[in-house]
Amino acid sequence: MPSSTPDFPTTATPRRAFLRGVRAGAPFILVIAPFGLLFGVVGTEAGLNLAEVMGFTVLVIAGAAQFTAVQLMADNAPTVIVLATALAVNLRMAMYSASLVPHLGAAPLWQRAFAAYGLVDQTYAASILEYDRDPSLSVPARMAYFAGCFLIVSPFWYGATLAGALVGTAIPPAFALDFAIPITFLAMIAPALRTLAHVAAAVVSISATLLLAGMPYGTGLLVAAVLAMATGAGVESMMARRT
Amino acid sequence: MIPETAPVWPIIAALGIGTFLIRFSFLGLVGDRPLPEWLLRFLRYTPVAVLPGLVAPLVLWPAATGGDPDPARLAAAFATLAAGLATRNVLAAIGAGLVTLYTVLWWLG
Repeated sequence: MPSSTPDFPTTATPRRAFLRGVRAGAPFILVIAPFGLLFGVVGTEAGLNLAEVMGFTVLVIAGAAQFTAVQLMADNAPTVIVLATALAVNLRMAMYSASLVPHLGAAPLWQRAFAAYGLVDQTYAASILEYDRDPSLSVPARMAYFAGCFLIVSPFWYGATLAGALVGTAIPPAFALDFAIPITFLAMIAPALRTLAHVAAAVVSISATLLLAGMPYGTGLLVAAVLAMATGAGVESMMARRT
Repeated sequence: MIPETAPVWPIIAALGIGTFLIRFSFLGLVGDRPLPEWLLRFLRYTPVAVLPGLVAPLVLWPAATGGDPDPARLAAAFATLAAGLATRNVLAAIGAGLVTLYTVLWWLG
């Protein structure tokens, strides 16, 4: 990543933006590969055949929701419960979708559909933070950046799931790769804490999620996120009025 | 084990379509229409409103230790954040986090 002055001027062509997206997405391989491997192992051990495991990974492409669905199916939960629960886990992505509208809304429909398919926590985090950092990026360059992130991580997601299903061994817990998820996200968020409003939003997000940890299937996170967005917007208005 | 009778493919199809629609929702339907200023101001904070909340429980109550706070993971999270704030460089922050994680894990045996 180049140094991040907020209004870093850009002459990024889509081609260069794509390559920068690849570079921004690459560290997430550390997260995606072990996670995909684990899904392949867990899905197979739960009794899914290879096509079904890959069906989940290619068509649903949402790790946490896939684990939830497999767990509930193994517990013999009713289909309606499986669907409602796994979709609830994915609801935060509606917020991602809304927050990308000002940046990608002008792209052609097929490109927005592609971005929707590839909209996972990692591609979202890398892309939105780049769009915020460099508002002068053209819409094609933004889309190219997103595509770069997605195309570098997705083969590892599909491939690792396949390997997990075929080989049946996940990475031993001693490697502590579970913690690659917090590390990669924290590393991306830290440079984004640019203003008091951003810091206030992050603090509310953390405290509210921890307080609401008892709410089922990630719904506490949704409430916390709305409170945190309101906090960020409120602090921003307050600061604007004071100057 | 997943029972033989479970409708696996219908579940995969429904989750695939449902998840796509959640992701496509605003991006697909709103498209290029301008959003009101108050909503834009709200949406600007989406990443810092969602991602810290997503990782906070993983940092404090890691599943790998059965949900007990773990010194190595706490130290790694702190080092990642500190390096990220100091350098504004994502790779440096990831490196600091991983080095801290493995050093403390090795050190505490």
